[in-house]
Formats: sequence, structure tokens, C-alpha cells
Amino acid sequence: MDILTAEFFQRALIGGVLIAVTAPLMGLFLVLRRLAMIGDTLAHVSIAGVALGFLINVYPVAVGLVFAIAASFAIEGLRRKYRSFAELSIAIIMSGGIALASILFTLGKGFNLNVNSYLFGSIYTLDYTDLTVIACVTVIVLAVVLLLKKELFLLTFDEDAAAVSGLPVRYFNILISILTALVISASIKIVGALLVSALLTIPAACGLALAKSFRQAVALVVVIGEAAVIAGLWMAGMWNLAPGGTIVLLLIAVLLGSLMTRAARV
Amino acid sequence: MEERQQSAHYVREAGCHREIIALDRVSFAFGTQQVLDDVNFAVQERDFVGLIGANGAGKTTLLRMIVGLTKPQRGEIRLFGTPAARFRDWHLIGYVPQRNHFNPLFPATVREVVTSGLYGRRKLLRRLTKADMDRAADALDTLDIPDLADKRIGELSGGQQQRVFLARALINNPKLLILDEPTVGIDMETQLNFFQLIKHMHQHHDITFLMVSHDLEMIRGYLGERPKATSGKLSFFVRHSHDLEDCAETDLVHTLRKEG
Repeated sequence: MDILTAEFFQRALIGGVLIAVTAPLMGLFLVLRRLAMIGDTLAHVSIAGVALGFLINVYPVAVGLVFAIAASFAIEGLRRKYRSFAELSIAIIMSGGIALASILFTLGKGFNLNVNSYLFGSIYTLDYTDLTVIACVTVIVLAVVLLLKKELFLLTFDEDAAAVSGLPVRYFNILISILTALVISASIKIVGALLVSALLTIPAACGLALAKSFRQAVALVVVIGEAAVIAGLWMAGMWNLAPGGTIVLLLIAVLLGSLMTRAARV
Repeated sequence: MEERQQSAHYVREAGCHREIIALDRVSFAFGTQQVLDDVNFAVQERDFVGLIGANGAGKTTLLRMIVGLTKPQRGEIRLFGTPAARFRDWHLIGYVPQRNHFNPLFPATVREVVTSGLYGRRKLLRRLTKADMDRAADALDTLDIPDLADKRIGELSGGQQQRVFLARALINNPKLLILDEPTVGIDMETQLNFFQLIKHMHQHHDITFLMVSHDLEMIRGYLGERPKATSGKLSFFVRHSHDLEDCAETDLVHTLRKEG
């Protein structure tokens, strides 16, 4: 039980609770726009940034963040070049990110252990700087989503109608990409880069199965995200499991439950 | 609000037969393939224009240019007298997309979809008011689907979904209604009902129609056999409104409802 009262665990818990609001929220918008894979891509590019951070001795989360934002611009740019092949640009940037990360790993052999916690997540490594970053990201994402929720709905539901009604669609797309990059870079220390996209996409998948309205879907993804992250971190602390993996398996269990509920309803 | 009154005023002041859409030597090519070559056409106030062309004739490209999603490579497009690039009164335009355009699993109610017609640049950061919700209810009443308000959009039939999109387009009382292949994938009888509704709106309300379609069977009787103009593989069919004298500003949603 000691671990649950330990300071490092409480830091991880606070960070997790904040991430479980923003990641599923951004994930809902991405999934509904058929851009679910963007989360994975930005996470992989982020890892290249983290590796570079270790190599040049700069705060790795910040370098990861810069990389993720650059990647989100690159995806948006490629998406405009290859219209209606959004997945192509995502695949290209993703492999580019992994390629860069692998090279940076081999350049700095010494930090392999540290990088591991960024790949799979850890409840031990979150420090106060990380927590501050997570808190700032949460405030930014929540403020934008609350202020622009109507516009984001319109854009997500029908991009052409959004453009016809005068919404600056391009800037909104860039905004969504940047917010996603922020959320992912802030999340990878807890959930791990390889698993962060699950926290974006699986709650959204449950929302699609269960929610009757958009408002309900928004509430549902956050509740499911919170439940999985809090329970997952607790289990990871009690039994010394990888937190990211535990959270993702719990999310998949919730998804199976959602699909069964839906099947029973029909 | 002030901005809206100004533009409504501007339309009325100029009287009827105003030019709603003007295509002035518009050209567009994808690479070396010339899709649109020097297209000239004008849509007058209260016209019903059918833009017909086979797949690949450039009708989608032209439509995207008219609503400002694509820029013409040469020539100019004017909306309500303003060059499209500088046009800002988007609330004057209602847009009904192809029905199969959205994901049927999308978690949104009919009410959420219809009120989204009110969200545009003009109302950035503004909250929905009671009046907005009333307008949505009115629009649903007008199209005879008030009992669908809380249903998930994906659960509805094709014809019902099309009415929802029409309600969304009408919620701003547009002067120009653009319909992009509105009846693709809908059965015959529902299509006929839909066209009856559109024709009624054209004859009795101060509204201009631009409908894009790959075939014209359903509206041939209404638009006539001969196109008014052709350009490449595109044909423009036009029907003028019956009562051009009466061009007074009307609140479409309310008057339609009164007429039942």
C-alpha cells in the first residue's frame, strides 16, 4: 500500500488524471475525422525529439514537443498535397520519425534505459517540471475546446459545410494538430509513446458505440479515459506493472463491454 | 446582428433580378487536363439553376469554386456582387451536401446537426441562445420532422437525413441555396417528395437555387428540355421564378410553416 501514498506515485496520478481529460477529448475529434493514426505518428516523432533531447542535454519533453508540432505541420502540408490520401502523409511522417529516433538511439548508446520509460511509460519518472507541462497543456486544450466547441463540431461533422459557412478551416486543422501534439508530448512519460494513441482512440471508439449525441460522446470519452487511467495507475503501482500497458488493456476491456452493450441494445 | 441586417438590406435595396452568382471566364485545370475552360454564366435572383454534367465534367470543381473552397486559375467569380475572394456574408448561402458525405456512426443528434448551421465565422465564440434553439425547432417543424430532433442522425432513412440537411441549410434564412447531388442513394418516391418541397420553396419564397446533379430526370419537367447555356460537358438549365414582382424580404422558416 505504501506506494500509493508515495510522492512520485501521487505526481503520476495527478498527471494521469489531467491527461485522461485532454487525450480522449482530442482523440474524439481525430477519430471522427478519420485521422486516428495521427496520434501514433506524432508520438513516434516525439520519441525522436526525446532522444535528441537526451543527446544534447536539453529537457527531452520540450524537444519532443517541438518535434511533434513540426510533424503536425508536415502532415497538414502533405495532406494538402495528397488530397484524399491523408493516411499516406501519416505513414510517411511516422516512418520518418521512427527512422530518426533509431539513429539518435544508436548515437547515444548510454541513455537506452531512460528512453525505455518514454516508450512504455513509467510512474516513477514524472517530476515536477513534467507535471507543470502537463497542467499547462491541460489548461490550453480545455480552454480552446470549450471556447470553440461549436466550431469544432461543425468542422468535424462536415468540413465542406464548415468552409461554406465561413469558418477558416485550414487554421482550425492546424490548431487541432498542434493541440494533439501538445497532448501527446505531455502524455508519453506516463503512458509511453508506443501506447499513447490508445488513450486517444479507444475512448472515442467506445463513444461511437454508445453515445446518442455529441455532447454525450464528449462526456463519455472523458469518463472512460479517467476510469482507465486511475485504475490502471493504481494497478501498476500495486503490482509493479507498466502503467501504459495496464491502462491500454483496461481500455480494451471497456471497449469490449461497450460493444456488447451496443449489441444487446439493438 | 448588425452585419446581418446590413446585408439583407443591401439585397432588398437593389430590387429583384440581382445577380446572385456571376462566373466570368472561369478556367481550371488539373495538371494538363483542362476541366473548366472560360465558363461564363450568371445566376439571377430567384432563378432555379440546374447544373448538369457527367462525372468528371467539372461540376464539383465549379461548385467548390463558387463556395470558396477552390480558387479559379483564371477568371472571376462574384457572389452577390462581391468577388468570391472578398465575400464574407456566408450566412446568405445555405449548403446541402451529398447525403453519403458523413459517417453514419457519427454521434450527433438531429438537433445538434441543425443548430450547427448557425456556426460560422460571424458567430465565433458566441454561445447558442434560446432564440437559436427556437430557430432550430422551427426549421425542423418546417420540414415536418420535429419528432426526429433527438434521434441520432445515422439512424434515419436517406430521405429523413436529406430533410435534416435542408433544415440545417435553411436555419439562417439563406438567399441562395446550393444543393450538391442532394438525392444520391434515395429511392424514387422520396426523391419526388424532396423535389416537390424544393419546387414549392422556389415558387413561394425569396430564394435562389443552384442544384448540381449528374442527371436531371427528376427535374427535367421543371427546368425544361433545353439548357440555357453549355460549356464543355456542363449544361446550365434555368427556370425563372413565377412572381418576380414580389421580392419582399420574408422569413423563410416562419412563412413556410404558416403555409403548412
